[in-house]
Amino acid sequence: MAHGPAQGVTRWFFTTNHKDIGTMYLWFSFSMFFIGGFFALVIRAELFEPGLQIIEPEFFNQMTTLHGLIMVFGAVMPAFVGLANWMIPIMIGAPDMALPRMNNWSFWILPFAFAILLSTLFMEGGAPNFGWTFYAPLSTTYAPPSVTFFIVAVHIMGASSIMGAINIIATILNMRAPGMTLMKMPLFVWTWLITAYLLIAVMPVLAGVVTMMLMDIHFGTSFFDAAGGGDPVLFQHVFWFFGHPEVYIMILPAFGIVSAIIPTFARKPLFGYASMVYATASIAFLSFIVWAHHMFTVGIPLAGELFFMYATMLIAVPTGVKVFNWVTTMFRGSLTFETPMLFSVAFVILFTIGGFSGLMLAIAPADFQYHDTYFVVAHFHYVLVPGAIFSITAAVYYWLPKWCGNMYNELMGKTHFWMAFIGLNLTFFPMHFVGLAGMPRRIPDYALQFADFNMISSCGAFLFGGAQLLFLFNVVRTIRSSKKATDEVWEKPTGLEWELPTPAPYHTFSTPPVIR
Amino acid sequence: MSSQSQYYVPEQSKLPIFASLGLATTVWGLASWLNGGEYGTTILFVGFLIFALVLWCWFHAVIGENIAGLANDQLQRSYVWGMGWFIFSEVMFFAAFFGALFYVRTFALPWLSGDGTHDSFTNTILWPGFEHQWPLLTTPDAAANGDNALKLGPEQSMSLSAAPSIWSWLPFWNTAVLLTSSVTVHIAHTALKNSNRKSFHLWLGITVCLGIIFLILQAEEYIEAYHHMGLTLSSGIYGATFFMLTGFHGAHVALGTFMLLVMFLRAVLKNHFKSDDCFGFEAASWYWHFVDVVWLCLFIFVYVLG
Repeated sequence: MAHGPAQGVTRWFFTTNHKDIGTMYLWFSFSMFFIGGFFALVIRAELFEPGLQIIEPEFFNQMTTLHGLIMVFGAVMPAFVGLANWMIPIMIGAPDMALPRMNNWSFWILPFAFAILLSTLFMEGGAPNFGWTFYAPLSTTYAPPSVTFFIVAVHIMGASSIMGAINIIATILNMRAPGMTLMKMPLFVWTWLITAYLLIAVMPVLAGVVTMMLMDIHFGTSFFDAAGGGDPVLFQHVFWFFGHPEVYIMILPAFGIVSAIIPTFARKPLFGYASMVYATASIAFLSFIVWAHHMFTVGIPLAGELFFMYATMLIAVPTGVKVFNWVTTMFRGSLTFETPMLFSVAFVILFTIGGFSGLMLAIAPADFQYHDTYFVVAHFHYVLVPGAIFSITAAVYYWLPKWCGNMYNELMGKTHFWMAFIGLNLTFFPMHFVGLAGMPRRIPDYALQFADFNMISSCGAFLFGGAQLLFLFNVVRTIRSSKKATDEVWEKPTGLEWELPTPAPYHTFSTPPVIR
Repeated sequence: MSSQSQYYVPEQSKLPIFASLGLATTVWGLASWLNGGEYGTTILFVGFLIFALVLWCWFHAVIGENIAGLANDQLQRSYVWGMGWFIFSEVMFFAAFFGALFYVRTFALPWLSGDGTHDSFTNTILWPGFEHQWPLLTTPDAAANGDNALKLGPEQSMSLSAAPSIWSWLPFWNTAVLLTSSVTVHIAHTALKNSNRKSFHLWLGITVCLGIIFLILQAEEYIEAYHHMGLTLSSGIYGATFFMLTGFHGAHVALGTFMLLVMFLRAVLKNHFKSDDCFGFEAASWYWHFVDVVWLCLFIFVYVLG
């Protein structure tokens, strides 16, 4: 345990260190973010003007599919797992993750899985083209042959997620330093505990649904074929039973991050810690009983429409608790707006907008109008981009000095923030309007009256993409810089990570710290 | 084994990355094979071999560390949590297939036959003449298109109502075998706790034999289904749910039997496991109880109420 990191490249292949593995997760996620972002820019370039200019409709479908899959499974989820790897053992005073070798296994499955997924682009018939939700029979009867490779890639990504989640739960439940009671844990740890539970509960269901697809495609079963007594709607039910908790998997850790950052820059303790914990647990519970709100127009009985509508609206209550707690934390605080705080405040405001459009979509009769329009695209990008992506960005700026020992460039960070903030609002806000006016999602061409707003969206997307290049430059420059950060980094932040020297030593808390 | 000792964090390990390589090669081979690729089966076989070899080395390393006294009480608790949550993930995997079964029986088939108001068009236009029943012997395709149908149902179902008597009904005996094996593995566990090694070996051995008997009976049932009852994977939704549920259960029994067999060999040949240090065996026995519970659900919802 006294050893430092091994020399050479094999350090990364064979490591069991939670910080090394966290770093690998974060870099992997960052590279997937750029690949998925590139696909998004291909989409936006095609949509810059009406008509078909750059790519074929068939390839456009592959881009929307891979953009979604890569951002969800390759960028957002691994980034949160990377942050969990880096921070959870430190935050609870543990020497490492509970099962360090399995930890490295969870990571190393991902590069293989995404290599398989991306290789489908070069296969005969092209990559998966049925949307990231891969509804049957588009993904079965009418799918390109590469769907088989998509299925096995999803299988091993799922195995990776389940192992990662088991590791995180075992770490939190079993590795806390003496005195670190559950209700003393930082909220990031709490939100991840609940996220890991969601992951273990729903990733196997995803494995189940892709297995049914595989059987329908290759072994003649009739799960999603009404001719044999199955039902394509069955696919949607099983998929969204996974899919809805999945969207909370992508936002709960974000809640934890923001709950760490806002108190630091408001110089006040978090308002309503216990209610935050209970709100997180309530959201997780509700996430299991709202899935059919994605399927209001598919033909479900009236009782189903009503149940899923009201259950969905209930989620606004615990989410509202959280938003008010963050606002109250800032209220009369000594606020300063360093880059992590800028991203966090933007998170609170823009995520709330995404939440409100979600509430609009939850109203079943209104959803018949919004369904499958750009309004839905606007909604989920408002919760995912300023929600998941902004929180991850905020976390990187907040903890990067602790990780690498150097301070990032504040001006560049703020420039990144404003470019990203303006870029994302330019991109996604007009989508509300074109969606309400009836522009369907997932099409490469559109009616002329949508042209102006689409052009604005495309400009915003390229601005947002450029902002991320600045982010990459800032991160690399920080790692190689000589501008040392202090041990405390910020002004009196709370948490065990700030009691460590900067940069955090390779091994921390080999003997448990004293918890006050 | 002292609870004061430091938590064991292993040094660098080559195992994880090779396990990933093995896993990825296996699934790549599987996908190529299913898509009719040239070297699919070879890649599948090589991948599986790498994967199996790495797992062997991995378990070897962990057992060695435990014998060397590196696994303190806290690490053992990590294993307990790990196995517990792994079994929970398996429960959710089966839940997806049980959910599909319930959905099809309760909603999809009645709607296809015109029940409810909103789906009656489907029946009159696409599948006229279809009436829902469970087990589904006549698919919507067969009902509507007669001799031209592509998706045909089975000639006969596996459920209790179709059997001449309960004594000649294979699932009944399968249930008896599997329930007994859950009891025998528990007796083996109790014997180990009392440090009664002979009894431990005996009852664990009996459990493994019962597992093998179950698998043989299950294979017999499948042969019967395919050759005499026209019940196959492609005989409509009944065949699909029947084979996927019992098939995945059977695969889990096979894995559980293999795990218990390994524990048996470790106990007999290597004298592993002490009354206070037997997590490997306990984990395998939990897994065994888990497949037993899944079988009980199968027995009720697939066979008896089928």
